[in-house]
Amino acid sequence: MSIKFNIGDIDRSIYDFKYEDKDFYRIKAGITPEIVEQLSEDKNDPEWMREFRLKSLDLYYKIPLPNWGPSIEGLDMDHIATYVRPNTSMQDDWDSVPQDIKDTFERLGIPQAERAALAGVGAQYDSELVYHNVKEEVLKQGVIYTDFESSLKGEYADMVKEYFMKLIPPTDHKFAALHGAVWSGGSFVYVPDNVKVSIPLQSYFRLNAKGAGQFEHTLIILGENSDLHFIEGCSAPKYNVANLHAGAVELYVGKNSHLRYSTIENWSKNMYNLNTKRAILEEGASIEWVSGSFGSHVGNLYPTTILRGDNSKAEFTGITFAGQGQNLDTGTRMIHIGKSTSSIIDSKSICKSGGISTYRSSIEIRESAAGSKVSVNCASLMLDSDSRSDTIPAMDIRTPYCDVGHEATIGRISDKTIFYLMSRGIKESDARAMIVSGFASPVSKELPLEYATEMNNLIRLEMDEG
Amino acid sequence: MSEKLLQINNINVSAALRSAVSNTIDSKTKAENERETGVKILYNLSFEMGEGETHVLLGPNGAGKSTLGYALIGSPEYVVTDGEIFFDGNDITQETADKRAKMGMFMSFQSPVEVPGITLNDFIKEAIRSRTGKSIPIFKYKRELASTMKALSMDEKYADRDVNVGFSGGEKKKSEILQLLMLNPRLAILDETDSGLDVDAVRTVSAGIAEYQKRQNGALLIITHSTKILSSLEVDYTHIMINGHIVAEGGPELVEEINQNGFKRFEKQKH
Repeated sequence: MSIKFNIGDIDRSIYDFKYEDKDFYRIKAGITPEIVEQLSEDKNDPEWMREFRLKSLDLYYKIPLPNWGPSIEGLDMDHIATYVRPNTSMQDDWDSVPQDIKDTFERLGIPQAERAALAGVGAQYDSELVYHNVKEEVLKQGVIYTDFESSLKGEYADMVKEYFMKLIPPTDHKFAALHGAVWSGGSFVYVPDNVKVSIPLQSYFRLNAKGAGQFEHTLIILGENSDLHFIEGCSAPKYNVANLHAGAVELYVGKNSHLRYSTIENWSKNMYNLNTKRAILEEGASIEWVSGSFGSHVGNLYPTTILRGDNSKAEFTGITFAGQGQNLDTGTRMIHIGKSTSSIIDSKSICKSGGISTYRSSIEIRESAAGSKVSVNCASLMLDSDSRSDTIPAMDIRTPYCDVGHEATIGRISDKTIFYLMSRGIKESDARAMIVSGFASPVSKELPLEYATEMNNLIRLEMDEG
Repeated sequence: MSEKLLQINNINVSAALRSAVSNTIDSKTKAENERETGVKILYNLSFEMGEGETHVLLGPNGAGKSTLGYALIGSPEYVVTDGEIFFDGNDITQETADKRAKMGMFMSFQSPVEVPGITLNDFIKEAIRSRTGKSIPIFKYKRELASTMKALSMDEKYADRDVNVGFSGGEKKKSEILQLLMLNPRLAILDETDSGLDVDAVRTVSAGIAEYQKRQNGALLIITHSTKILSSLEVDYTHIMINGHIVAEGGPELVEEINQNGFKRFEKQKH
């Protein structure tokens, strides 16, 4: 693998550039039944979806805000536009995408990555997908990868209806209810039995509009004995008003199937990232979550795995980097139900310049889950004394027939290590960035190369901003 | 200014107080660090080294030998309170360690730290890039790394392991000498490189050091309390250090004398 930290200075403008959205259709800010009705009509929803949205909206009004985690006081829902549609329909030919949107994604490296190493790409700009394309050979295998709106009308409409928001019901929490009411965009993936997709699919989410929300829905269903790697990336330019991301990711992994779900999240620092991700595993199934959280003002993110089938396995590898003005509350939740299930959690967090990072996890081992194994390892690196790092692991174990290990460390970069690198000719800021990249390497090693490079660029950028 | 490679002019060195060692993100120059100092360790030290010369710094445990090495290479844990250090005619007394390294200084540490997440291979590459400011011709680099590791009887797999993580004492020492050979400095300070090595490893490491001398006329300052490593190297000058003072200087014959009689004669002297 190439040297990862050996990179030049990068320009914040890679993420921060923005285009005027004057031609875009923008729904009125706020959350009211009229707005939701309007949204449903604009999107030409099937009737059941319209009803689903309104029911979810009711729940949104009824469910209180969570009474734990970082404060979301700065998020004023009356000023969030839940739907902003770019002035284009979805294209499967890159050349037909409007120039400014095309420029945006080209600067983020999206079409280049598709040509290089992806089986299919979806690109969402604000509330709708603007580009979607899948390679011919993947289609021939019977794999379905579409934008979510199409999936409601296509061949798999019944399947989508059956699975939509069953893992994350709108009753789950306030922002799940909000998602049910105003979701837009996202992807649907179906991999039939015995199909192994050898190269990854990727969705990229870009929120360009100011004071808006993004509520994409991702639904992935793997049949039996199949294999998929799905990657999602997200970024946004910075504004001085709050933006909101409340997407939902539902993953159904069939018997003996394997799913890898990689995310690199780099929302701008005015973003409230209140995203919900959940997977359910059947017998012998396995999932690997790889998660990098760098952006957002406030983040609450706890990908959850329900290990329902016997012998199912889950791995969570995550890194969080909280800099100035960031409060990132991340971790994972594992629910062991099947016999002899296992989960491995490897979490790293870095905080600096007053950033707050919290590792929060919940491990449940039900009585039925005899013979299960859990290993948790979380390490935090504090780069200065203004920052804060907390570890809040919860465990609820209902069977004596299991094996659970938990290991947590909090530390700082040692002066001796910096000096060692400097004594070889490496300047101090580079030495620090290298050491932090090294700390993060168990995660970056798991990411596809372009993302690993992006992650190291982000670390360098954060370190330079010091 | 003299033509000497290294010139130490009457320096006094104290330990930096722990609280004064930089621990913030902001890079500080040593000059900015108007810090209080702790215990005084080295007193009025002066000597010179020419290009390609081999000097030995001998002394009992705790004499301050390693402190001199650290002070020369620019460790923030030590403060030069008086005097100057010149390298290649430039006053480097207040220079940071990375600048000194770039000028051609190197130190092989007695117990180098572990650096998790950075492979030895990436570490050396990044060091070369930092020193030269140029990207490295990759094939030439790989060939050189492989042949140097072979010469040091190091398994090639170590290149892909994190720097010093899980290395045995001997492997750490070899890794230091590997870096010496790959980075091509003009002055190498070897701090107790022979300690903790078995006979074969001493031989291999000595051969590596001899290679460094030969290949580019590299100067050596060998810090040691024993004389094991010296048998295969030609020593030009010897300095004896006791309690932070240089108490005697001479040629290779001093090494022989220490070998036979130890430091007793020097310890009795007044300083």
